[in-house]
Amino acid sequence: MRTIPIATDLTITLVDESNDCSTENGEVPKLDIPLTRRSLLRGSGLLMGTIAAGSSLALLAPSTVWALELKILTSAQGETLLKMGRTLYPHKRLPDAVYAILVKDLDAKAAGDQSAAKILKEGIDSLDKAAGGTFSKLSEKKRKELIKGIETQPFFAMVRGQCITSLYDNDMAYKTFGYPGSAWEKGGYITRGFQDLKWLPAPPASASPAPYLG
Amino acid sequence: MAKFDFNDDSAVVIIGSGAGGGTLANELCQKGIKVIVLEAGSLQSPNTFINDEWKSFGQLAWLDARTTSGSWRIAKDFAGLPAWICKTVGGSTTHWAGASIRFQEHEFKVRTHYGQIDGANLMDWPLTLQELEPWYAKAEDKMGVTRTNGIPGLPGNNNFKVMYAGAKKLGYKEVHTGNMAINSQPRHNRGRCMQLGFCFQGCKSGAKWSTLYTELPAAESTGNLDLRPESHVVRIEHDDAGKASAVIYHDKSGKQIRQKARIVCVAGNSIETPRLLLLSASNMFKDGLANSSGQVGRNYMRHMTGSVYAAFKEPVHMYRGTTMAGIIQDEAGHNPKRGFAGGYEMETLSLGVPFMAAFLDPGAWGEEFSWWMDRYAYTAGMWLVGEDMPRETNRVTLNDKVKDQYGNPVPNVHFDDHPNDIAMRNHAFAQGEKVYKAAGAVKTFRTPPYPSTHNLGTCRMGADRSSSVCNKYGQTHDIANLFISDGSQFTTGGAENPTLTIVSLAIRQADYISKQMSARAI
Repeated sequence: MRTIPIATDLTITLVDESNDCSTENGEVPKLDIPLTRRSLLRGSGLLMGTIAAGSSLALLAPSTVWALELKILTSAQGETLLKMGRTLYPHKRLPDAVYAILVKDLDAKAAGDQSAAKILKEGIDSLDKAAGGTFSKLSEKKRKELIKGIETQPFFAMVRGQCITSLYDNDMAYKTFGYPGSAWEKGGYITRGFQDLKWLPAPPASASPAPYLG
Repeated sequence: MAKFDFNDDSAVVIIGSGAGGGTLANELCQKGIKVIVLEAGSLQSPNTFINDEWKSFGQLAWLDARTTSGSWRIAKDFAGLPAWICKTVGGSTTHWAGASIRFQEHEFKVRTHYGQIDGANLMDWPLTLQELEPWYAKAEDKMGVTRTNGIPGLPGNNNFKVMYAGAKKLGYKEVHTGNMAINSQPRHNRGRCMQLGFCFQGCKSGAKWSTLYTELPAAESTGNLDLRPESHVVRIEHDDAGKASAVIYHDKSGKQIRQKARIVCVAGNSIETPRLLLLSASNMFKDGLANSSGQVGRNYMRHMTGSVYAAFKEPVHMYRGTTMAGIIQDEAGHNPKRGFAGGYEMETLSLGVPFMAAFLDPGAWGEEFSWWMDRYAYTAGMWLVGEDMPRETNRVTLNDKVKDQYGNPVPNVHFDDHPNDIAMRNHAFAQGEKVYKAAGAVKTFRTPPYPSTHNLGTCRMGADRSSSVCNKYGQTHDIANLFISDGSQFTTGGAENPTLTIVSLAIRQADYISKQMSARAI
């Protein structure tokens, strides 16, 4: 079975978008990303999941199955964080693989910082306790209520803050929300649709002169 | 490049290489004056700029420790990041969006035009628009501002199309792609805008004016410039006569160096400039240099700002193309009938997905936030920027409880919105929403101010030395050979993006300094 190591630094090159306003185009080359093998000597938890085959995101990865090894957290703790991320920033179109980046980043933070590890583990425990066992198995509504109750805690701040960079600064999020990122490699948008919007009238040349293409 | 001795006391030492410092350096060098530029940040180039929001932020932004206080939301959401400005050669001209608009005549005389406003420390500039006009003209030519000097405007992007359609439906008249220091066609050895969409991250095509690749290389080619990157000034020294005589800085390796100087010009942006004057307190100047008025660090302004984002049924792709080439100027005048003094500009603005997540509604979570992120490709955005009220209590002070990497107290930035700022922001939000609704928006959102990019006023110029720090040339009242060369010298903020005015003042200051040097007055 091929698995994708979840990493935010995956460099995946998107191909050119065409010149129209469509957000759903462009093929993505499959990259040969080296596989990792779970070592028995390190890591305590393992999160696994799949990206729906046929979705545009599946094109970003060599396999639809992903796996994440955890350094500090257990699988159950990882699941709790993953679901907390999904409750904080619910996006139907984002697969669990993106929320797993949140778990990965928090786990890495905890591995390098004991006080962060303490806040994280205690926060997860109290969330599970408040859930009567397993936070990740609660309904969406119930999860939201529990999170609402811990908004002032450092644990909440740590997880919510991490969500901003973990969830929204990766290739899968870019692809999902229709943001291609850096464009200079492709010559910018001067000939690639910076003014291709057709559903409103074009401004007159006095307000918006024609581009210089000489 | 020239290399001057540490004991050479014949050069002008400029602290900072951005719009003020970089321009001043070139202007002085062109006149044959020896200049040493000490820049805290490192040297980048269009080749090394990174078009990735967080990575670029790490490369260019000033991230040294700072603290905040006051009722502004920044103190809660970005407590350690009051300002989004740069620590790199070229300063914030690497990051700026390029909007280059002249102040309006009345904005130099706000005390006269607005009258007394409670809680605001209003004062007329010791300078008129008429006096500054020739310098504005030089700056516009130097920077290549569109719609001046026969330079065509930039072509509008999708984000501008939405703004234009809404603004016209609403009856606004002054709507176009702006006066931008971004080449719409090749000029002065710089290429035309490639519509890269990453103006804030350093222009990789070099179409946007930045001192990094215009003024500083031009200054170097004279043989009169000694540019020292990664040189962080921590103190300005003076002699027994009370004249500035040297600066102390840490070089790349952290070593302390004393550089002697004939004249010292401070251009560290409006947080570091007053901080440096305060850090330089001595037995002779117990409250800091040039601070006999007690105004150093006070009257900190950051412009009234805010953003409106709007979601549409059809795609917009606002990230494509020049970030800020789009403006509505109808609200820029002073029209007290709106319930506030001063005016504001409405300018296109876009953020990428990473910064949209960080700045749309800091601290927010849940379905509404996600709803907006889900519609990223269908979103248009504008920035609102207007005149804010100078207040003595809005100020930069030294925070002795927190030390920086050199053991010096960090600057604390205290800010409370004036009721006039709040009234203006609410008006601007409402008008921005109307623009987008007129263009067919499904929903609009009011985004609070970002960490400040327009930091102004903390060493204001004035005719009266008891209520200001420097005269109309930026020369400090107390120390004749110490100059303020950045936006700190603004008496009041005006509604316009400040860079063009900073550059104009720097060109004028260079002229003044060279004449004073020739006359042996300094």
